[in-house]
Amino acid sequence: MTAPRTRRALLTGWGRTAPTAADVVHAVHPSLVDAAMSAAVAAVAARTGRGLVARGMGRSYGDAAQNAGGTVVDATWLDDIRTVDLATGRISVGAGVSLQTLMERFVPLGWFVPVTPGTRLVSVGGAIAADIHGKNHHVDGSFCSHVLSMTLVTPTGTHVVGPDADPALFWATAGGMGLTGIVTEATLQMIPVETSYMLVDTERATDLDDVMDKMLTGDDAYRYSVAWIDCQSTGSRLGRSVLTRGDHARLADLPHRLATDPDRARAFVPRQLARVPLTPPGGLLNPLTVGAFNEFWFRKAPKRQLGKPHHMTGFFHPLDGVGEWNRLYGGRGFLQYQFVVPDAAGETVRRIIERLTEVRLASFLAVLKRFGPGDPGPLSFPMPGWTLALDLPVGHDGLDRLLDDLDEEVLAAGGRIYLAKDSRLAPDTFRAMYPGVDRFLEVRSRVDPDGALRSDLGRRIGLCSDAGAPTPRPTTKKRKTR
Amino acid sequence: MIDATGRPQSVLVLGGASEIAQAIVAGLVPGRCRTVILAGRPSERLDAAADAARAAGADMVETVAFDTTDLAGNPAVVEDVFTRFGDVDLVLAAAGALGDQAELESDPQAAAELITTNFTGLAAALLAAARCMRAQGYGRIVVISSVAGDRPRKANYIYGSTKSGLDAFAQGLGDSLVGSGVGVTVVRPGFVVGRMTEGMDPAPFSTTPEAVAEAVVKGISSGADVVYAPPVLRWVFAVMKQLPRAVWRRMPG
Repeated sequence: MTAPRTRRALLTGWGRTAPTAADVVHAVHPSLVDAAMSAAVAAVAARTGRGLVARGMGRSYGDAAQNAGGTVVDATWLDDIRTVDLATGRISVGAGVSLQTLMERFVPLGWFVPVTPGTRLVSVGGAIAADIHGKNHHVDGSFCSHVLSMTLVTPTGTHVVGPDADPALFWATAGGMGLTGIVTEATLQMIPVETSYMLVDTERATDLDDVMDKMLTGDDAYRYSVAWIDCQSTGSRLGRSVLTRGDHARLADLPHRLATDPDRARAFVPRQLARVPLTPPGGLLNPLTVGAFNEFWFRKAPKRQLGKPHHMTGFFHPLDGVGEWNRLYGGRGFLQYQFVVPDAAGETVRRIIERLTEVRLASFLAVLKRFGPGDPGPLSFPMPGWTLALDLPVGHDGLDRLLDDLDEEVLAAGGRIYLAKDSRLAPDTFRAMYPGVDRFLEVRSRVDPDGALRSDLGRRIGLCSDAGAPTPRPTTKKRKTR
Repeated sequence: MIDATGRPQSVLVLGGASEIAQAIVAGLVPGRCRTVILAGRPSERLDAAADAARAAGADMVETVAFDTTDLAGNPAVVEDVFTRFGDVDLVLAAAGALGDQAELESDPQAAAELITTNFTGLAAALLAAARCMRAQGYGRIVVISSVAGDRPRKANYIYGSTKSGLDAFAQGLGDSLVGSGVGVTVVRPGFVVGRMTEGMDPAPFSTTPEAVAEAVVKGISSGADVVYAPPVLRWVFAVMKQLPRAVWRRMPG
């Protein structure tokens, strides 16, 4: 098999930070993934290569889908739909198919993706690698709980794995950030829906206690729940929020004009309303503009409104209406800080919001949600508790040290940081946050003994290395305290 | 790797005993920089710099014998570091000597050696570093130039010209690396009170190695092309460069 042709390209994640150059393979067919894998493994064995990793839609915020000096397999071309069973909702698709494509094709047929994040512009392969979660995590769990099987190309061969077929490899791949192999195909269990509309309850919460209380007592009654938090309000209004919760609307729930027109009620036509055409050098998001936006967003929300039909696109993916909105943060880019802490650590959430409001860091988006139980993935992010996600522009003096401090708070509370969003976590903190890492490395050394699967994220947090020494093995090294 | 906030995890210092380099390393280690390779002539000073890096919290600190005037040998030293230690996020070129202008004027061979130390040898090592980093797909090269290179003065034009050359070289290198993931930062300190300038009268806007280091660490994290230390010198020298030659010639010291 000859090595596929590549092109050298500078890559970043969605946050547009820390660009690195890699040789990108245009993988239009699974055989090209095999060829790229063989070539990369041979080069690593000869100590001339820097390994490979798959890349989907590039929606991870940090360096997960980058591989400096090595190979990056662009898997978005593996975008075919292989088998469909409309009676059961089981579908097999190429790993490069986006959730948007699945919604466009299957919502009109009465099937919706089991889990969707805040953007539908992610690939199925990426959704598995990050074991993504959505607003329904407290009820339905994360993405990989709905994956029935997948085809994984590894340095030691191609495996078809599932919860019952080599579960150790399947779960290591769930949230494994691409470091166990390249997913080329997956079989998913979709969920039935009658329409493309949601019935949504919206209410404002006056402060953090209020919103947390509302979520603790009321979330169980809803399939989907999320709170948007205004991270610029301080004092007695700290944590004022807009809480939106709902479920899929049935045909009978919709207004007459839709209820009598099932085709229209099931239509799913995503539209991009606008696009950010260029990167404003200093960015447009600063405490002033974000403050104004937050005020507007809070005022725009009704104080309390029940059972209002909203189309799926607006409910799940409001930002997908604006193309390349990540440019708004300016040339230096931005990062997202997302952590989870156990239910009992609500105070940690408050302290972290307080510390971020103190330094007046503009956070355009701050989203609070409650997770249900996690899955067996050793690097899978969700665990029962509170998860908060904030977007922060890079460039603020002291942001690096502040976030290091917040890491310590999260760790002390027994929580962790989401690797799909991360772009700055330290290796020892990562290990302490993910006690399953040794289990992960054991599986990885079975399928990738020479450590040919590498990414910038993996290098940064100590999961891969390019030194003359072989790849890191499970260790019991104690974490240094600072 | 270099993280989203611009913090490197490993550094190779060319001229590891340099005071400015030591201050920069001291500024980088508490961030993320746990691997520190100090290249320089074997000496107590170099060992002391290594001890200081360890004391600051670096896990992996090594010294490597490196002499900028060894034109045949020094590219290999740089390449060997990249092979042995894996990724090098940051290469800091801090080797250099000031020399005594009057002595150098009367000893052309010594002057040529100074030029080799400050410019020729370093340029060879930096070309090797740039090649390794290009293959690595990312990295940052920081070159300690000087405001003395902005416009050579009669009182120190031999030293000044080495910095002019190095500065021009670094700018060109930076441009040649655009798109490779590798960036170059040129640092132009003013008069730095320290070992190199012992016994000299400080010039206006004089600074310290620590202050230079602070500006450099900030410049590294933002990926700056040029860093002046103190920053005001950017504007001072923008004016100085426009002075008529007859006036510039009369600059004291």
